[in-house]
Amino acid sequence: MSDRIFGAIGVLLAIAFALSALAIQESFLSDAVGPKAFPLIIAAVLAISSAFIALKPDASPKWPSLNRFVEIIAAAVSMILYAELLPVLGFIIATIFGAAYLTWRLGSSALESLIIGVGTSLGIYVIFHLVLGLALARGPLGF
Amino acid sequence: MDTLNSLADGFAIAITWQNIGLALLGCLLGTIMGALPGLGPSNGVAILIPLAFTLGLGATPSLILLTSVYYGAMYGGRISSILLNIPGDEPAMMTCLDGYPMAQKGMAGQALSISGIASFVGSFFATWGLIFLAPQLVKIALLFGPAEYFALFALAFATLGGVSSTNQAKSAFAAALGLGLAMIGVDTQTGVPRFTFGEVHLYDGIDFLVAIVGLFALSEVFIFLEHRHGNADASAKKVVIGRLTPPWSMIKRCTPTMLRTSFLGFLAGVLPGAGASLGSFISYSMEKKLVDKEGTFGTGDPRGVAAPEAGNNAAAGGALVPMLALGVPGSGTTAVLLAVLLSLNITPGPLLFSQNPDVVWGLIAALFIANFMLLALNIPMVGIFTRVLMVPPRILMPVVAMVSFVGIYGISGSTFDLLVMVGFGIGGWVLRKLDVPLVPIILGTLLGNAMESNLRRAITIDNGNWGTLIDSPLAIGLWSIAIIGFILPLIVGKVVKRGMRAGRDTAKDDENSLVD
Repeated sequence: MSDRIFGAIGVLLAIAFALSALAIQESFLSDAVGPKAFPLIIAAVLAISSAFIALKPDASPKWPSLNRFVEIIAAAVSMILYAELLPVLGFIIATIFGAAYLTWRLGSSALESLIIGVGTSLGIYVIFHLVLGLALARGPLGF
Repeated sequence: MDTLNSLADGFAIAITWQNIGLALLGCLLGTIMGALPGLGPSNGVAILIPLAFTLGLGATPSLILLTSVYYGAMYGGRISSILLNIPGDEPAMMTCLDGYPMAQKGMAGQALSISGIASFVGSFFATWGLIFLAPQLVKIALLFGPAEYFALFALAFATLGGVSSTNQAKSAFAAALGLGLAMIGVDTQTGVPRFTFGEVHLYDGIDFLVAIVGLFALSEVFIFLEHRHGNADASAKKVVIGRLTPPWSMIKRCTPTMLRTSFLGFLAGVLPGAGASLGSFISYSMEKKLVDKEGTFGTGDPRGVAAPEAGNNAAAGGALVPMLALGVPGSGTTAVLLAVLLSLNITPGPLLFSQNPDVVWGLIAALFIANFMLLALNIPMVGIFTRVLMVPPRILMPVVAMVSFVGIYGISGSTFDLLVMVGFGIGGWVLRKLDVPLVPIILGTLLGNAMESNLRRAITIDNGNWGTLIDSPLAIGLWSIAIIGFILPLIVGKVVKRGMRAGRDTAKDDENSLVD
């Protein structure tokens, strides 16, 4: 069943891709092939392979239970927040929160999480910034 | 003799304190990454590319660092196979078969050292193979025009799934998806924006490093979260190493096996669509047929440890041949190494050998250095590496995620790239659940633009005639191999895959391992 839905989405994706390929504005100065042809070939391959996936599905994978799903979404949201807050809070503070959240969700206790978060953040800061000189996000406090 | 002179030059480039230090660092990191379940060679190299890049290392030093990681990970994969019966990466799968029984008999230390020696023999001969075969392949590659290159790219995609692929539709889907992603951005030939939807950040296209780190490293974090697999597989008391040096008689008995399987593995690595996993699989099967008279394979026969290890390390070296000589990688990890070259503004392929001989030969010399270092590190220090297995994923995975963010942020300093990377992480997780291979996606984003420009160049040269694509015997040959390579797995794929699965039905789970 999963593969049938996946194949259907793939076909829709191929159609959308083909349509936006057709919408590419051609320049008046173009080569013999132009910017549309290759994307259209790709769209065709995408459509055919998706159709095959939908028509000849594999056995469904074992999808996680609902709360595991929520777990993954929450982790993705935390990473998005991390990405957004990185320039605002600065590397060290943002990373303490980011790492602590992930290790907490992977089964560390609250106190351990905080320690691991601080350790990860400071460890990366020392190795990559102080030793190797990599530019990390600077927050209002300068680190 | 020419070759040996070039090699000597290569050693002159590679032997500086900085480069040797980088090789040592790469070997250590690589072995650790290979040993940790869930962090294979592709992952390991993927996380380190942006770092090597942002640290401002030159082309040769970066390559030395990252190929040492690659070779190191190939060595390291066996450690958890032998001690825990969990392959650290897919090529190390076959090592479980005899390695784990040996460990149960209290011969873990000997299994580790004989596999270390086998790995060394495999990569040593493969590196010599690379030296002699790559220049020959370059001579052929110089005959290629744009039409042949287009066919060659098609061949790479058609065979990437490998003989063990079970669902070719999914491989084709993945390749098309990757190529489609590469189309995003301003068209290099006419200057019109494509698939950018007015988003300025997309005009440059999607950086393939963002895609690689997202698909490989972050999706791994999601897999661990899904299973809430936070505790280490190894506990302190379970790891008993025992005697570290194998007796001479064991080495002597394994030598013919190692030599045969090195050759076989190297061939498997060079051929499109085989790769290290298959290299170790056929090496093991062949040795089992050839020397297993008493039926000891599978019960802890040292030759059963030596065969797949020599095979997969030789295949790792062999896979570098098409990557360097043609610019077309045949496996996942070499695709990641191609990304290294491209991000350093080096285009692999026949011209690399004439234009940047320092890079090629420096790299090859570095492979030898890394190989000796790994042997030297692995035998006495294997105890330290086994400690690594005790680091629980609940500490490791956040570090992996954060280092990925640091690397990508270091390249561009843009939040947008980080968001795209998280998107790739989620997408990678879904695709892995659906059993869609990720490597063709990576290869698509890497080669998409080159593939398109070769197509357009070929047709423009022939005044818009599409027939030019199958005009030369060379192109027709490449297309035929591509078609055969795509169809063959439909027939034999199930058999090979079943063999590989049946071979390791005792091992616990392989969900976490990527294709080499």
